[in-house]
Amino acid sequence: MMSVPRYWREIPERTRFEGARCTACGNTLFPPRMKCPKCGSEALEKYKLPQKGKLMTYTIVRSPPKGFEKMTPYVLGMVKLDDGTIVTVQITDVQPNQVSIGMQVESVFRKISEDGESGIIEYALKFRPIF
Amino acid sequence: MRRVAVLSTGLTKVDKQWRKSIKELYGDAARLAIKDVKIPQIDALIVGNMCASDLSDQNNIGALIADYIGIAPSTAYRIEAACGSGGAAVLGAYLAVASGMYDFVMTGGVEKLTDGVGGNTTHSLGKAADAEFELFYGSSFVSLNAMLMNHYMHHYHISREDFADFAVLMHKNGSRNPYAQLPFPITRETVINSDMISDPISLYDCAPVGDGAASLILCPLEDAPKYSDSYVEITGIAGATDTINLSSREDLLTLKSTVSAAEKAYKMAKVSPRDIDVAEIHDTFTITGVLSLEDLGFCEKGKFHKTLANGGFEPGGSISINPSGGLKSRGHPVGATGAYQVAEIAMQLTNKADKWQIPDAEIGLAQNIGGSGSSTYVTILRRSR
Ligand SMILES: [Zn+2]
Repeated sequence: MMSVPRYWREIPERTRFEGARCTACGNTLFPPRMKCPKCGSEALEKYKLPQKGKLMTYTIVRSPPKGFEKMTPYVLGMVKLDDGTIVTVQITDVQPNQVSIGMQVESVFRKISEDGESGIIEYALKFRPIF
Repeated sequence: MRRVAVLSTGLTKVDKQWRKSIKELYGDAARLAIKDVKIPQIDALIVGNMCASDLSDQNNIGALIADYIGIAPSTAYRIEAACGSGGAAVLGAYLAVASGMYDFVMTGGVEKLTDGVGGNTTHSLGKAADAEFELFYGSSFVSLNAMLMNHYMHHYHISREDFADFAVLMHKNGSRNPYAQLPFPITRETVINSDMISDPISLYDCAPVGDGAASLILCPLEDAPKYSDSYVEITGIAGATDTINLSSREDLLTLKSTVSAAEKAYKMAKVSPRDIDVAEIHDTFTITGVLSLEDLGFCEKGKFHKTLANGGFEPGGSISINPSGGLKSRGHPVGATGAYQVAEIAMQLTNKADKWQIPDAEIGLAQNIGGSGSSTYVTILRRSR
């Protein structure tokens, strides 16, 4: 279960993919931090991550955490976006056995989970193969 | 800073300890640690634990245990760094003694994973990762490590069979250890044919779920001979962190926290990886064990299978890795694991390891990880003569 404010706080990151970029060295940060871990600069600006990338690695989840039972088996992956930033996301719209390392993927707005019948429904970006 | 000794240790068998509550389990280990040393008092208890608040509905376990084992009004508190809690607690106790603030500090760890019902245990363990940017998307502790293993296999062209051989060695070692949860040998096929949990991690790539407690008493080195004739010195100790998010790491296949903690601990102990005779490393999954071997400097990157095949990690090899059986076979009572490792190395260096004793070990190392490498604690011990 997740409180409404807790979900609401992360909407820019989860639904618009807003991270940060260091104006000193160009490093991108997702999620954002107080300082650039590369150069230590605090001069960070809001930055929208690219919507496309390449699948770096993945796993097929067969033993899900609570709340994800209905969609099991599902694919979890790390995507290297076109600017080099890496994100952990679900891979969707594809059979698990069709997924391969290196495949081109793009972001798509999807439901992640729901907190029971009367709780909030949580949305965020997932990635799907570009065919 | 004063030099610090591990005066004594006590362990319980790692197991599903249904009859024991969290305080009773720690009490069993503490009783063993206190048994042979006649110290005047215990000034503080610093105990590692990860899941008590989730699985046993209990916070404040410092006071709970101090009350139960009879050391109140001495100060007592819990340290939490996920699976690294035990190592973090030992570091806390070391600092308390080295600083001169306390003379006799009891430390260690305790975990009661079997108090969890349904999916609660998995859920609680998952909290070692980033709740908002990893768990939110349906990842768990095992699936995050599975992505690492898949990446490793793809990058270095290493097979599941190569990883399986690491688990086989762990079980071979653990079959000699009376404290081990899974004290039986396995074969490569056991691992390869076991249920797939999160590809490519199958059941026998994973450490089992169990309960356990480890207790250690630390005191100033110069006072140690008054209370025991079998103590060891902590000659190097350090903790380090890395990004909590796996995906934020520049190099996914390097545990930077392990590299950094090991560097500091080696420097403090004035030793190099080649000087280490025996090590207890953190193999939550076979991939975690392999990355740890590399990042502690015990083998080249992507080449662990060669050292494994020529027996280099076995007793009598260049370094004896996890004579206890490691997390894979001894078991992984999460917040106690780091304390088990330090206690096991102390036992090896004082010839107290019976059937799993490594002959003539002088310098040993314990490496304890929290999360998927977001925290590491490295402790180096040396035989006192
Ligand atoms: Zn920067």
